[in-house]
Amino acid sequence: MTNTMNSPETEVAVSISVDGQAVSVPEGSTILDACTAAGIDTPTICYGPNLTPVNACRVCVVELEGSRTLVPSCSREVEPDMVVQTDSDRVKHSRKMVLEFLGSGVDLSQADDLNAWSEHYGADPNRYGPDAETMNEPVKIEDDLYIRDYDKCVLCYKCVSACGDDAQHTFAISMTGRGFGARIATEFDGVLPDSACVYCGNCVAVCPTNALQFKTEFDLRQAANWRPEDQSVTTTICSYCGVGCNLELHTQDERIVKVTSPDDHSVTWGNLCIKGRFGWQYVHGDSDGD
Amino acid sequence: MADLHFTDATATSGEVEAVNLVLGDNVAVTTETERLVRGGTSRRKGLRHLLLPALHALQKESGWISPGGLNHVSEMLQVPPAEAYGVASFYEMFRVDEAPGHDDDVAHVCVDPSCRIDGADELIASLEAEGKHVHRSPCLGQCERPPAVFIQGRRKADSVPADEEPFTLPQAGDPSLSLLKRIGVVDPMSLDSYREHGGYDALTKALDMGADAVLDELVASGLSGRGGAAFPTGFKWRSVRDAEGNDKHIVANCDESEPGTFKDRHLMEHDPFALVESMTIAAVTTGATNGWIYIRGEYPLATGRLENAIAQARDAGLLGDDVAGSGHAFHLEVRRGAGAYICGEETALFASLEGFRGEPRNKPPYPTTNGLFDQPTAINNPETLLNVLPILLGGADAYRALGTEGSPGTRLFCLSGRVANPGLYEHGFGATLGEIIDAAGGAQGDIAAVLLGGAAGSFVTADSLDLPLTLEATREAGTTLGSGVVVVFNSDDNMVDVCERITEFFKNESCGQCVPCRVGAVRQHEMIVTLGTKPMAQEQRDLHEDMVQVMADASICGLGHTAASAIKSALALGIIGADSQ
Ligand SMILES: Cc1cc2nc3c(=O)[nH]c(=O)nc-3n(C[C@H](O)[C@H](O)[C@H](O)COP(=O)(O)O)c2cc1C
Ligand code: SF4
Ligand code: SF4
Ligand code: SF4
Ligand code: FES
Repeated sequence: MTNTMNSPETEVAVSISVDGQAVSVPEGSTILDACTAAGIDTPTICYGPNLTPVNACRVCVVELEGSRTLVPSCSREVEPDMVVQTDSDRVKHSRKMVLEFLGSGVDLSQADDLNAWSEHYGADPNRYGPDAETMNEPVKIEDDLYIRDYDKCVLCYKCVSACGDDAQHTFAISMTGRGFGARIATEFDGVLPDSACVYCGNCVAVCPTNALQFKTEFDLRQAANWRPEDQSVTTTICSYCGVGCNLELHTQDERIVKVTSPDDHSVTWGNLCIKGRFGWQYVHGDSDGD
Repeated sequence: MADLHFTDATATSGEVEAVNLVLGDNVAVTTETERLVRGGTSRRKGLRHLLLPALHALQKESGWISPGGLNHVSEMLQVPPAEAYGVASFYEMFRVDEAPGHDDDVAHVCVDPSCRIDGADELIASLEAEGKHVHRSPCLGQCERPPAVFIQGRRKADSVPADEEPFTLPQAGDPSLSLLKRIGVVDPMSLDSYREHGGYDALTKALDMGADAVLDELVASGLSGRGGAAFPTGFKWRSVRDAEGNDKHIVANCDESEPGTFKDRHLMEHDPFALVESMTIAAVTTGATNGWIYIRGEYPLATGRLENAIAQARDAGLLGDDVAGSGHAFHLEVRRGAGAYICGEETALFASLEGFRGEPRNKPPYPTTNGLFDQPTAINNPETLLNVLPILLGGADAYRALGTEGSPGTRLFCLSGRVANPGLYEHGFGATLGEIIDAAGGAQGDIAAVLLGGAAGSFVTADSLDLPLTLEATREAGTTLGSGVVVVFNSDDNMVDVCERITEFFKNESCGQCVPCRVGAVRQHEMIVTLGTKPMAQEQRDLHEDMVQVMADASICGLGHTAASAIKSALALGIIGADSQ
């Protein structure tokens, strides 16, 4: 976990320049933290507030004076007097190309944040023609809890980190293969119910593209009945045990359609277990859960 | 860590035996009266570096990494099976499917440029006609004797058929040679023979001089890394010496997989003690106590000779708890890679050796403070290391007598393709490209292009024959010496095919971690395949420029940074995509 909070008294401040603006952030902060402190919005894909940075997607790159290449803002720690540009032509070019590359090979139809950034930077995935190789993966439906649609996977490692050292410590899934053939999978690409998976759903919670999706959401989308605008969120505390996890119950037509937990909640940091995440059918009072 | 979950698959007794032979007492699970598991996350970190050797044992025994075998290894080392699978599926030499033919020896045949223009296709066709199981392989580091073959044995040792042939060094007997002088002269299997030819004099001298004087001499010599990045070696060693930590490492990067490169193989096969001695000097100078030779899996002869050299040096007290009576401890081990070009990138090499996927990481922090097992580490190319011996014995001034101010000393060049006498050559820095080609007997036919620095380098044409091959002159000319690769192509060679293959190489060898390289390498390949022999339209040229820029700017590691540079040069020089074709 990376949630070590410095108490204000022990914090040492580091000053850097971001787009000509002086910004002061606590020692150990990243350039991304400094950008946020300066009110600059930065695109991220593989970054998660509670995950160790893997800096794999490269959409958050910035120009750092003295560095030959651009640097990932999500993982690069600030050093005194760094001079950073977040909106230079080089930065805009790389961000655009990363989004364009992803759009050319991955189904981003449900990745709203990415699409907004793609539009912002003018990414045009069609430049690679209709024959560009894509992920080309069928949807994996192996249980009633969540589905895996790797056609939508941008290989951001977030699910792997959430299942591993950063949260769940179950290690049910890993990056496998190499290059464009790399995929998230269990050992020998076996089905989830036979794997180490304990169905905490923490991987689903961090997935930025909906490649991992609760089955309830998937079914509603299949039925063309997924209506986020008609959904409401009720915050409550899980009643199963004494830990006190915050739950956000997303409901549509008076029925729970998914359960999340806030990223900044000091008990869960966004993580839950199978009971809090999926054990809500009793609320509906009908035995078959739908 | 939660308790691990395993599927029902069980290992065969052969698999258990093969794996246990490799692991010895190093297991996380012991059974005395009950099953005992070492606790905490340490059990995972502590033994995980044995994963790669264990997977090699499984592959050899069964011809693939079977689910039962993987379960056994995962349990013994307490590595989650999904992660172990992620590692196994990363490497070219491991199969994770029980495909037909997995039960036989596998003939790896090189399809990279030097072999491609000289018989690779024909050889593959004839081997397949004989019913052999053929694997189309990236460069096998035998470019001077195409087409290259490596046999991955099933339940028997791996081998290279060409190793049966007598070995020749084109420059043999040239008294000016500094790095190659012992090659073909010394008995590579004998420490005594090595000592008769000046072996271990440099270690004696280094111990007399003391670490600070050794570092001063190295800095004064201007020696820079021969693995591609040309980083000053003296500074690297000094950083490691100055770094905090009492568990420092010396790593010899013997992954040598840059297409067109075969120099390190010659050094290791024919002068293995020199590598062991120079690593020992690095150890006593930096204060490192652990040494690792990470060698690509396709180099069985070099591996055997290095293992023999280490054993003889250990028996003679030149390795171990007290190196040559100096009080310094230095323990040296050989680890085999398993077929992945990216594992030559230093941080990927560390990950691979530690038993993780060979994925590079961002720098900083640098290996000198956070290297292997997160400890201060000096990682060097074998050619770099071997240069330390003449520098210490003859002094920095004498070393600087050859080469130029900016590029002192000599350099190994790997000549292959259309030259009369392909092979390994040593020249003082500053010889021109034309002189180097002439020294190899001259070009065969009209030079259409020369690939400098390997697939990660760039093409030049006959217009560059006067280019002095120094670090500074090549940099200025927008090209690179890289790992000393010089592949010559003539007007009969199909350059479109060669360029297509270069793009395929990067597509296959990208680790897949970062978007610019993972997707960029594929898009570049598609673009060059579609282009074929046609002229390239301006729109496509602009698109390629866009790809070059994001790959160079935003990729994590050097593979992505350079994966488009050869094609960029080929397009700029009209080697492909020109209007007149
Ligand atoms: C994709 C890639 C492959 C590399 N392969 C090798 C290699 O096979 N051997 C090598 O010595 N260096 C290789 N390098 C360079 C290493 O990262 C590192 O710079 C080198 O081992 C340092 O040693 P030196 O300072 O003696 O050159 C590679 C770099 C990259 C980016
Ligand atoms: S549901 Fe939980 S245990 Fe299962 S793969 Fe996702 S993170 Fe891992
Ligand atoms: S499944 Fe989702 S979280 Fe996992 S790597 Fe793919 S996009 Fe990222
Ligand atoms: S540049 Fe390529 S090889 Fe290097 S980390 Fe990125 S994907 Fe992997
Ligand atoms: S968000 Fe920084 S590299 Fe992905």
